[in-house]
Amino acid sequence: MRGPTVKIAVCIKRVPDMESRFKIAPSGNAVDETGLKFDISDFDSYAVEAALQMNEAAGSGETVVVCLGPDTVQETIRKALSMGADRGVQLKSDTVPMDGLAIAKALAAELKDGGYDLILFGKHALDSSHGSVGAMTAELLGLPCLNAASKLDVANGKATARRELEGAAEVLEFPLPAVISIDEGIARPRYPSLKGIMAAKKKPLDVKPAQLGAVRMTVEKMELPSERPPGRILGEGPAAVPELVRLLQTEAKVL
Amino acid sequence: MANILAVAETRGGELRKVALEAVTAARALADATGAQVHALVFGPAGIGGKVEAVAQHGADQVLVCEHAAYDKADAESMSATIAARAKDGGYRAVVMSASAQGKDLAPRVAAKLDAPLAGDVTSVEAAGDTIRVKHPTYTGKVITTLVLTGAPVVVSVRPSAVTPSVNARPLATQAVAPASDPAASRVKVTEVFAGTSTKLDLGEAPVIISGGRGLKAAENFKLVEDLADAFGNAAVGATRAVTDDGWRPHSDQIGQTGRLVSPDLYVACGISGAIQHLAGMRTSRTIVAINKDAEAPIFKIADYGIVGDVLEILPVLTQAVRAARQSH
Ligand SMILES: Cc1cc2nc3c(=O)[nH]c(=O)nc-3n(C[C@H](O)[C@H](O)[C@H](O)COP(=O)(O)OP(=O)(O)OC[C@H]3O[C@@H](n4cnc5c(N)ncnc54)[C@H](O)[C@@H]3O)c2cc1C
Ligand SMILES: Nc1ncnc2c1ncn2[C@@H]1O[C@H](COP(=O)(O)O)[C@@H](O)[C@H]1O
Repeated sequence: MRGPTVKIAVCIKRVPDMESRFKIAPSGNAVDETGLKFDISDFDSYAVEAALQMNEAAGSGETVVVCLGPDTVQETIRKALSMGADRGVQLKSDTVPMDGLAIAKALAAELKDGGYDLILFGKHALDSSHGSVGAMTAELLGLPCLNAASKLDVANGKATARRELEGAAEVLEFPLPAVISIDEGIARPRYPSLKGIMAAKKKPLDVKPAQLGAVRMTVEKMELPSERPPGRILGEGPAAVPELVRLLQTEAKVL
Repeated sequence: MANILAVAETRGGELRKVALEAVTAARALADATGAQVHALVFGPAGIGGKVEAVAQHGADQVLVCEHAAYDKADAESMSATIAARAKDGGYRAVVMSASAQGKDLAPRVAAKLDAPLAGDVTSVEAAGDTIRVKHPTYTGKVITTLVLTGAPVVVSVRPSAVTPSVNARPLATQAVAPASDPAASRVKVTEVFAGTSTKLDLGEAPVIISGGRGLKAAENFKLVEDLADAFGNAAVGATRAVTDDGWRPHSDQIGQTGRLVSPDLYVACGISGAIQHLAGMRTSRTIVAINKDAEAPIFKIADYGIVGDVLEILPVLTQAVRAARQSH
């Protein structure tokens, strides 16, 4: 990634550590958050890293992280600041709806007059997993949008990005300002340094009320997927192959 | 009751399997209320002659939007066309695939229509005047049931989650013009790297043979490819350890930060079964694991396991699969 001075916004979401053993809350329509650890959603942290690298390569520019949620997201914003982002904005909302368009409206309202050259998103958030908020925000802002970039180059007011399709890939070109959602492959996020963590404490973090859109998609129920029935070890080494093939034919019926 | 608009995806001037999945899902929604399915197909000139299968799978009407630019996807003009059509037709829902193309289109369409979107769902049903979907969340560890209110709503269906089923209608086509000129789109495709056309895509293949670091070297993926060949309907996947080392392209990666797949059969070769890998394949119907470590976590979710050296076992398995297929 290389290029000239750019002002970049990165939208990040706070999500639980996906290695956790999840429990459903008594309400039946939410995850029980007690004891869970939270962090920046994976793809969003790639987006932060991509932004920082662009600014570093240019030796100038600004990276602003934006996160919608309750006050607990301030910790998530500070994490991005400790990686090196310049300032943060919390769009304060006690709830974070599953309806992506409601979130996109709040983000668009905040980003509209920010003068950003690039607005970055993760390909999808690991909890909601819709992959919709980025392109929706682009649409609301009337900006060109590139979904799921796995490579990105910015130069002379223009961006070139690659994205993977199933079994194929494309290179695309588009003018800035633009909205880009970031896929795996762009940049592995750095760990915050001690110096970064100290510096983050003094960086500006604005808190503003979120102008959420109407919520028209709601959670009726959350369930843990049914456990897979315990499997069988058929044996050791090539000697177990005939039994495997027999089961694939007779039991699994895939052969 | 209002009709359902399906988007039937094409690439390079050919219908894709995910097109028929979207039409099948739309058909089921429409049947709940005795409504019709209208399917929108984008493609280069001549695509209108290749849409028989769309009617076969339940579209009462096939809306054909031909333009020279549509041998590739053009998200700006396609999403404008879908939204314009959805408005005009007063549809209850727009149903498409959550393929790479569908994931690009659906949020734009939803924003243009000011409609809620459920992305990447595994099932969709009509429930009174709402639409109810099931959607894997938290990397597949929590299944969420969502209810969408209002009309239209937009739904994208995870590839392979719906099995295309025949529900034939007489072929009725109607030409539709793009709502905006693809030439005016701000995002331009400048290069396409086509996968070899003979290679099955991970999202569509009924069988996936996947390899991990236990294969020891990039060359040994030949053994994985041979087994895929023996099945005849298989694609090759990989873990992040392997794509990071450059043994396989990133596009082959399965998992939390790679592709999410649910084939009929998933064969994990020399894969430990890290939680981030399981996130991408745990919904596979049958899972086979080959690993030299009997304690490897992959065995916890595998239906059938063999403990041993994958480099020794794969050639034998390939032989046996070939033999089994020939004896049919
Ligand atoms: C944020 C994040 C996101 C991630 N996303 C993904 C993702 O999307 N997809 C993904 O796959 N990973 C992902 N990972 C990485 C994941 O945690 C694991 O590191 C990775 O899946 C391990 O790959 P592996 O099974 O090939 O290698 P290893 O864990 O090294 O396992 C190799 C296995 O091969 C076995 N073996 C060795 N030799 C042989 C032999 N001769 N015969 C048979 N078996 C043998 C070993 O017993 C071992 O079980 C992610 C990690 C993080 C932190
Ligand atoms: N509450 C939020 N605050 C800030 N950004 C968000 C929020 N929710 C989603 N996003 C962004 O939108 C992307 C896609 O989210 P989703 O459509 O929910 O999969 C995420 O990767 C984030 O970049």
